[in-house]
Amino acid sequence: MFESLSDRLSGIFDKLTGRGALSENDVNEALREIRRALIEADVALPVVRSFTDKVRNRAVGAEVVKSVTPGQMVVKIVHDQLIEMLGAESQGVDLNAAAPVAIMMVGLQGSGKTTTTAKIARRLTQRDKRKVLMASLDTRRPAAQEQLKVLGEQNDVDSLPIIEGQGPVEIAKRAMTAAKLGGYDVVLLDTAGRIHIDEPLMAEMAEVKAAADPHEIILVADALTGQDAVNLAKNFDERVGITGIALTRMDGDGRGGAALSMQAVTGKPVKLIGTGEKSDALEDFHPKRIADRILGM
Amino acid sequence: FTKRKLDATMLEELEDILIQADLGVDTAMAITERLSEGRYDKEIEPEEVRAILSEEVEKVLEPVARPLDLNRGKSPHVVLMVGVNGTGKTTTIGKLSQKLASEGKTVMLAAGDTFRAAAVEQLKIWGQRTGAEVVAGDTGADAAGLAFDAMKAAKEKGVDVLLIDTAGRLQNKTELMDELEKVIRVIKKLDPDAPHDVILTLDATTGQNALNQVEIFGKVAGVTGLVMTKLDGTARGGILVAIAAKNQLPVHFIGVGEGVEDLEPFSAKDFASAIAGLA
Ligand SMILES: Nc1nc2c(ncn2[C@@H]2O[C@H](COP(=O)(O)OP(=O)(O)OP(=O)(O)O)[C@@H](O)[C@H]2O)c(=O)[nH]1
Ligand SMILES: Nc1nc2c(ncn2[C@@H]2O[C@H](COP(=O)(O)OP(=O)(O)OP(=O)(O)O)[C@@H](O)[C@H]2O)c(=O)[nH]1
Ligand SMILES: [K+]
Ligand SMILES: [Mg+2]
Ligand SMILES: [Mg+2]
Repeated sequence: MFESLSDRLSGIFDKLTGRGALSENDVNEALREIRRALIEADVALPVVRSFTDKVRNRAVGAEVVKSVTPGQMVVKIVHDQLIEMLGAESQGVDLNAAAPVAIMMVGLQGSGKTTTTAKIARRLTQRDKRKVLMASLDTRRPAAQEQLKVLGEQNDVDSLPIIEGQGPVEIAKRAMTAAKLGGYDVVLLDTAGRIHIDEPLMAEMAEVKAAADPHEIILVADALTGQDAVNLAKNFDERVGITGIALTRMDGDGRGGAALSMQAVTGKPVKLIGTGEKSDALEDFHPKRIADRILGM
Repeated sequence: FTKRKLDATMLEELEDILIQADLGVDTAMAITERLSEGRYDKEIEPEEVRAILSEEVEKVLEPVARPLDLNRGKSPHVVLMVGVNGTGKTTTIGKLSQKLASEGKTVMLAAGDTFRAAAVEQLKIWGQRTGAEVVAGDTGADAAGLAFDAMKAAKEKGVDVLLIDTAGRLQNKTELMDELEKVIRVIKKLDPDAPHDVILTLDATTGQNALNQVEIFGKVAGVTGLVMTKLDGTARGGILVAIAAKNQLPVHFIGVGEGVEDLEPFSAKDFASAIAGLA
């Protein structure tokens, strides 16, 4: 349903072929199409603005090399700029701290926290040979703790026994104690979904952080998220200081512009990509792939 | 406030408001164009602009604001809940169950998500909360088979409404969409008119992809109405305006929280005010 950016730009630039450098006017016309393409890919508007400014600077006066048309030239500039903004190749979760290393998962309701917790646990266990404990701090959503327990059983990862009536902070402390006593390398703390303007729940999340002192705080966010991506990422980051982002549902046909939005407002890297419902559907982040996807290439 | 001229700059500002509410470029432009008709270059109060913006959005939404009618003489009235993963299907079923019970209807829930870990347990808790009987099988069982059992049980027990939960699925996954088609085929074996309503849940935080969701779920599952969830956050769910303009699908309810009472009838006026930044 989306026309790829190359097609759109070649339309604009067809009349220009044969000229040397791109003029301000040529570039302005192209930037309108770029803006539209980015918005349709769900890049948040403030991020679109700063992005197009950067592209303008690079594109005006750029010499169109003989082998390429102006359209291709601008697409290349846009693509390069996107990759630059999306940051480095995958960094993965960082376990460089004294064991047990706590990793806390946070995010909106239904974004994929519990599923991603199990995916990371599975990867650390099977690929990296770590001893991993998972704990669900979600005492609110019906059967949330049960969900993590079942995922633990399916993937041969231990999960903290459920004790009815304990609150999230208590569970976090119990998990850390159990991890120390049990000689675990990593503790994954799955938290309840929360809306980023729900003050009591945001405060609770900060308390959990204080109790567990996590080395990583991963914001789990849906790749299908629209313009709200900037608000949610900013609020979660301001409240607990996220260390990275896991982008779920990348197996969908969304354009994934939220990745750019969240990275731009927080400066925190996308570390992981969820590509399915099963526990092995976890991949590293590659900026080029997201850039291609945003541009429909 | 001082008056300002409704010029190109102001129109662009208004368009930006709409884009940031996820209406998408085309819908945002269509609405600001309509707004400027007969008003261009005229002086206007800043508050008035927002009110007019809200009115224009409301005009698009008004025709789709239609309640869910479960009094059509069906016995049982079968509602199938479908949608992308995590959009709020199970929770919305729980909320609906409560609403129907408070209206004096007997409700049965079918745990048709036989895939996701503890999805069955989640629905059972909603059944307990709202006093509805739950038909459930084992995780990993055939979803169509479960739907068949639930249809039979609902008929035997003579319940008024059967709410069938399904596993979340991305609309671009053909095999999962085929499975949904099969669930519907099996339901029809026991009642050719059923499901009487197929409700798609849309997450308000979702951006432009919601258009694809509506289109493909509509094609495969014959969606009859929408519920937009998670409007208690900062996301405005403006893609619904683009959907209303394109598909004319009824919007029945909005979800405004995780609690059993957090389901409200869809109001075009309130939704439009929130998008225009009035509320
Ligand atoms: N297709 C797909 N589905 C996913 C992915 N990650 C999670 N899901 C699904 O999304 C739904 C929600 O996932 P959960 O892990 O329960 O989300 P959550 O953030 O823990 O939800 P709450 O605890 O209710 O806030 C489930 O149906 C998952 O199977 C992914 O990468 N791709
Ligand atoms: N804030 C808020 N949260 C909601 C709303 N509706 C559902 N949720 C939450 O969103 C998360 C996902 O809801 P579910 O009902 O499990 O979604 P689902 O579509 O059944 O998910 P899957 O079966 O995994 O595909 C849960 O944490 C719910 O409590 C709403 O209107 N507002
Ligand atoms: K979501
Ligand atoms: Mg969870
Ligand atoms: Mg569900």
